[in-house]
Amino acid sequence: MKKVSFKQQLLIELGITLGLFLLLQVLMNLGVITTYWKGIFITICINVILTVSLNITSGFLGELALGHAGFMAAGAYIAAVFSKSIALIPSVEFPLALLIGGLFAMLLGYLVSIPTLRLRGDYLAIITLAFGEIVRNVLLNIKFTGGAGGYSSIPKYTTFPWTFFLAAACVLLSRSLINSRQGRAIISIREDEIAAESSGIDTNKYKKLAFVYSAFFAGIAGALYAHYMGFLQPAYFNLDKSIEILVMCVLGGMGNITGSIISASILTILPEALRQIADYRMLVYSVVLIVMMLVKYAPQFQGLLAKFKHQKEEEA
Amino acid sequence: MSGVVMFFMQIINGLNIGSIYALIALGYTMVYGIAKLINFAHGDIIMVGAYLSLVLLNTGMHWSIATLLSILGCALLGFTMEKVAYKPLRKASRISLLITAIGMSYLLQNSFQLIFSANPKPYPAFINLPSLKLGSITISSNYYTTFIVSVLLMILLTLFVKKTKMGKAMRSVAEDEGAARLMGINVDHTISLTFIIGTGLAAVAGILYSNCYTIISPTMGSLPGIKAFIAAVLGGIGSIPGAVLGGFILGMIETLVKAYISSQLADTIVFLILILMLVFKPAGILGKNVREKV
Repeated sequence: MKKVSFKQQLLIELGITLGLFLLLQVLMNLGVITTYWKGIFITICINVILTVSLNITSGFLGELALGHAGFMAAGAYIAAVFSKSIALIPSVEFPLALLIGGLFAMLLGYLVSIPTLRLRGDYLAIITLAFGEIVRNVLLNIKFTGGAGGYSSIPKYTTFPWTFFLAAACVLLSRSLINSRQGRAIISIREDEIAAESSGIDTNKYKKLAFVYSAFFAGIAGALYAHYMGFLQPAYFNLDKSIEILVMCVLGGMGNITGSIISASILTILPEALRQIADYRMLVYSVVLIVMMLVKYAPQFQGLLAKFKHQKEEEA
Repeated sequence: MSGVVMFFMQIINGLNIGSIYALIALGYTMVYGIAKLINFAHGDIIMVGAYLSLVLLNTGMHWSIATLLSILGCALLGFTMEKVAYKPLRKASRISLLITAIGMSYLLQNSFQLIFSANPKPYPAFINLPSLKLGSITISSNYYTTFIVSVLLMILLTLFVKKTKMGKAMRSVAEDEGAARLMGINVDHTISLTFIIGTGLAAVAGILYSNCYTIISPTMGSLPGIKAFIAAVLGGIGSIPGAVLGGFILGMIETLVKAYISSQLADTIVFLILILMLVFKPAGILGKNVREKV
């Protein structure tokens, strides 16, 4: 088989992305895809951004981050406050709001990364969890954004092309990050932090980079969500939301961007398509987490898998 | 009510919630010390204990038997949880264990939500001793029972770990699993035993907690669980006296913040304490700084 160069692959992927976008856009314009499904597609794109960005910290850096909803909330609220208090033309205001949402989340990501650098994985999970809860608690107590009652009448700027291309940009950027020198440094920390450090990799710097990057996109996803719903409530950004993103990340495969896209799409559509089992959603998620981990890492299952593969090879 | 009396009342409140945190934190700290795992599902064991005892009490069972059975039920659950979900992953990466633990926590919460519905249920409190009067301060029986039972259990646990052979095995596994195995200690049994004791304590905490607040719900365990974890970190994770100390300190801080600063910001402040603690003294108050070996 001829090896496809990176550039060629990029072109192919760009082609597929554009083609998919045009197809969806035409179908939407023709009314084949209803407004209801258009909403689902927007949610899918937002979830893709969230999942792919979480995958950078949890999948590639190998640190369990449980505060993704917190970054999302921060980005959502800041962007919403910005676009409500400033009156510019929407085509200028919206990108600015998105950027501000992303940058603010990025700043928080930087702040969170400082204490976590000194800590091992387990503590990091707890710190990010605490961070997410702090953000939610603070939002509940800010009178200015409506507290628990919610922040309403945010201009609804989010459209399908915006979310689609931002999701595509997030995927593309993440993939090039991972294939770059910086990305390899991040992966080396996951594989063996001490070995990475001894090889001269500034582990602190790359951990910060992964954190800040992931927070930035979570903030953008939040800003998109805010301008899509037009209404924000702190309760939405609870631990369940962070876990939901984690489930998408785990199901698609930690450290697999394509997997993240697929699982984010499936896990967004499934609960919509199967309304009657909506009550079981979180239960199914929890089972997914446990089973995925056992199948992937437990020696008993690996033995079984190896046996299965061996049998298949023999048959063939 | 004068300021001084009010302050003493708050101290008693703090001791009450603190002793519950300490009981839960003990389970966290023991499991972490031995299996190097933050058992996220530990908080949900409190909820399981509360529901088990509710169901048993509703059958008309005497409270002592109901309590004993719920503790046994939770211990069995802890044992199974370890065997099914955690043991196969003992050699896998830390992150996969953590994810499994989160999965377990959600599995417990959501299955109980399906069985008992998400609505909170009233809990028939059974601690009905006369309340204690100290001058102008009245201490209800729940409060002093919780305190006495917790302190008693803590003393028993410390004696168990310090004096018995099994306790010695636990300490040695926590210190160096490989060396312990070479000395002929059955590591698997020791880890199972730790889970059984930890979850048993959590069940007691759950029952005491429900007696104080008399309302239980499937998500009741998650917040006390996280706070107890913070308490364990505060005291120095892996250390038994540390967990007790951390539990009481955290209970105190939380109650005083609620009373004198802001009841809404109490959780935020507790979480901030965790972050500050981890920044400035990650080993905790009584913990030892352990360097990672290559």
